[in-house]
Amino acid sequence: MEEKTNIMMQNTAKEEMPNQTCLEHPEDTKGILEVNNLSAWYGKTLAIKNISMSIRAKTITAIIGPSGCGKSTFIRCLNRMHEVAHGGRAEGCIMLDGRDIYARDADPVVIRRRIGMVFQKPAPFPMMSVFDNVAAGLKLTQFWSRHWELEEVVERSLRQAALWDEVKDKLHQSGASLSGGQQQRLCIARAIAVQPEIILLDEPCSALDPASTLKIEDLMRSLVTEYSIVIVTHNMQQAARVSDMAGFFLADQDRSGVLIEYGKTSQLFTNPKDKRTEDYITGRFG
Amino acid sequence: MTSRNGEKTVSPVPPNTRLPARHSGYSDKIFSNLMLFFTIVMVGILAALVYILTKDALPAINKFGFAFITNRVWNPVTDIFGALPAIYGTLVTSLIGLLIAVPISIGAAIYLVELAPNWLKGPASFIIEMLAAIPSVIIGLWGLYVMVPVVRSNIEKWLGSHLSVLPLFQGPPFGVGFLSAGLLLAIMIIPIITAVTRDAMKAVPNEQREAMFALGATRWETINKAVLPYCRTGMIGAVILGLGRAFGETMAVTMVIGNGYKLTASLFSPGATIASTIASQFGEATAGVYTGSLIELALILFGLTLIVNVIARTLVWRMTSLKAAKK
Amino acid sequence: MMNLQERGQARRKFINKLMLVLSGTAAAIAILVLVLILGYTLFKGISYINLNILIQAAKPMGQSGGGMRNEILGTLILVLLGCVFALPIGVLAGIYLAEFANPRVAATVRFTADILSGVPSIVVGVFVYAIIVMPMHSFSALSGGVALAVIMVPVVARTAEESLRLVPDSMREAALALGITRWRAVVGVVMPGAMTGIITGIMLGVARIAGETAPLLFTALGSSFGVQGLLKPIGSLSLIIYKDALSPYPTDQQHAWAGAFLLVLLVLGISIIVRWVSNRKHN
Repeated sequence: MEEKTNIMMQNTAKEEMPNQTCLEHPEDTKGILEVNNLSAWYGKTLAIKNISMSIRAKTITAIIGPSGCGKSTFIRCLNRMHEVAHGGRAEGCIMLDGRDIYARDADPVVIRRRIGMVFQKPAPFPMMSVFDNVAAGLKLTQFWSRHWELEEVVERSLRQAALWDEVKDKLHQSGASLSGGQQQRLCIARAIAVQPEIILLDEPCSALDPASTLKIEDLMRSLVTEYSIVIVTHNMQQAARVSDMAGFFLADQDRSGVLIEYGKTSQLFTNPKDKRTEDYITGRFG
Repeated sequence: MTSRNGEKTVSPVPPNTRLPARHSGYSDKIFSNLMLFFTIVMVGILAALVYILTKDALPAINKFGFAFITNRVWNPVTDIFGALPAIYGTLVTSLIGLLIAVPISIGAAIYLVELAPNWLKGPASFIIEMLAAIPSVIIGLWGLYVMVPVVRSNIEKWLGSHLSVLPLFQGPPFGVGFLSAGLLLAIMIIPIITAVTRDAMKAVPNEQREAMFALGATRWETINKAVLPYCRTGMIGAVILGLGRAFGETMAVTMVIGNGYKLTASLFSPGATIASTIASQFGEATAGVYTGSLIELALILFGLTLIVNVIARTLVWRMTSLKAAKK
Repeated sequence: MMNLQERGQARRKFINKLMLVLSGTAAAIAILVLVLILGYTLFKGISYINLNILIQAAKPMGQSGGGMRNEILGTLILVLLGCVFALPIGVLAGIYLAEFANPRVAATVRFTADILSGVPSIVVGVFVYAIIVMPMHSFSALSGGVALAVIMVPVVARTAEESLRLVPDSMREAALALGITRWRAVVGVVMPGAMTGIITGIMLGVARIAGETAPLLFTALGSSFGVQGLLKPIGSLSLIIYKDALSPYPTDQQHAWAGAFLLVLLVLGISIIVRWVSNRKHN
């Protein structure tokens, strides 16, 4: 008899903090996602502490740092997936288009429509076909939809994910029958199909071979014309190749993750302001 | 909320016409409550069962009190009912069943997990599981017309002529009676004892076996020293589960126990178990104390199986949590 | 002449061999018993099977040539009723246990389901008699269906819960990240992923209740008048086997074997197919 809980069991009695942190914007830039004093816990452990950053629209923002410094926790807070895990709790505010996604009346479901996510291990729905996988986000929110509407959306999403040519004859095969790299692009297509504004990628290439990794990096550059992208990666070279902005995370002495430095990728990698950033970039640790 | 220059502004949510306008939490709540309702129904069934049985057994409980369990008379005419022979019958037949089934089940489990060739393990286990799927009434039918004659003419005859010094084997060989019922029970509980013992043995990590082999132990020594001690809890749980199953078994037992109502040491004698008494008499019972007594019997049977099953589940659960802890 | 060490070795080898033989014999006995019972039932039963059995109603006591049409129908109706009552409760309780309940509540409910599945089927029959047959003043197919449902609910609930638990969390995460509500994620993604397991559990439950007799003894009761509707008594294969087996007339006893043939075919057929399908899925 297992007592294991799964991630469906949300704490329905969450305490919502009043949004005192959302009042002022000290930065001049107005990003699509303004993170203000975000802290997050797993049960009693403080995983990330007082993160503030402004994520710009239509850019690729990389979150880098050694493992265990809260990068994944941070990105999961951006679309309120963190609280889905047992004991997950977040405080602070994140402004999406001027409204705090952690406000008391904010609906996580709507937020996740606008901020999509692709996970580290490709997770296509195995009992659905490729077509149904991509259409899943639409089919599971509407009560009915005309098939040609879905066809349109599926083709568009697969094309944007650079997967259409490879699967257009296999649309009705199981989603799990594709290769690893294809599966991940399928997950990207699935995320795009609901037309989010922001796409979060949590180490999307770490389970893939180098060829697939490059394909996905190319894909990101083409997607960024329409979507804003935040990517967590432990691969510095990837961050340097792909991203426009980068945020460097590190665990402080209490084992909580903090944001050490945030700025243009080119500047962070050639002329970092913080010594710890420089140490990480030059490979002294991590 | 205030904007940057201090004026109060209200920022609307950007329109997205394809999404539901209302807060999506409502549908979740409805669904969750629907499921909670049905879950409560399931729990409620058990609660209702205990309540109703107790309530309807009251005519008998009030009349006889504790003497119900110690009295041996069962007389619908005078409305005097005592459960002792039925309880005795349940215990005796289950004991016979256990005595026969346990060695066979544990032996079979040992063979299937440790000693059988790999190609045989799957099919053989499957076949034994199928034995559990045969309906009780069919086992009773076979027992009555195929097994009982053999018991009467061969087994009871032999036992009666060779071991009649024991009161167990005295008395005329009817065929139907405690012994046949016990034999059928043995057949019916072999699958569950085997299955749970198999699970317990499979839970033993292979490193234990490998360590013993590396010391030069024979297969049997490995089993005896490395595997069996490990799964003692699970095996006891398996046996107790079998016991619980034997207590509750009705149809097959009713068909071969001969419908006596006696407290006797002789295993050849016709007798009754709690389940067989209920099964054979409930249809003709009149309301009041007669039915009440039968329902009290059902309550006693429920209590017996409840205690036994809880003990068994605790033991088996401990075995599975140990297994999980090892991983 | 063997020295001490060789003798010890020989003894160990002998014991090893002995145990192999003993345990193998035990397994053989267990298998043999099944083969005996099953084989006898099939061989004896088939000799009394003819088309009449399936299409005719039973004849009055003692006369030969009657059929089991009503009893076959009765079994089907009772199993169907049992499913109608048990499936919503069992499946939804299983979903609740796997997806929505907090651990303490889940442990209690699971424990209750386990206890319920350990209640002897005759006790279930007495219970349903008390709550349905007595107030209605009549035996009925309905009460029989309810009794079978009480037996089936815990089986379905536990297998449904276990199947749902096997669906990996990554599936749930991926579904929620698309911005769909929790219940649609469960119904649209998690349940389809567990569907084979859920259906296996249901079919095993069906096989179990199709063979049950004790809970029907004082609920459905059995009927010599055929199927008369849900509110009247109804027969079943298991009930007629029981009744005919205890009858003094040889024709009735033959009838019982024929019925046993059909019932064993039905129950074992479902069990075997279900297990074979689920083994294939796992490999």
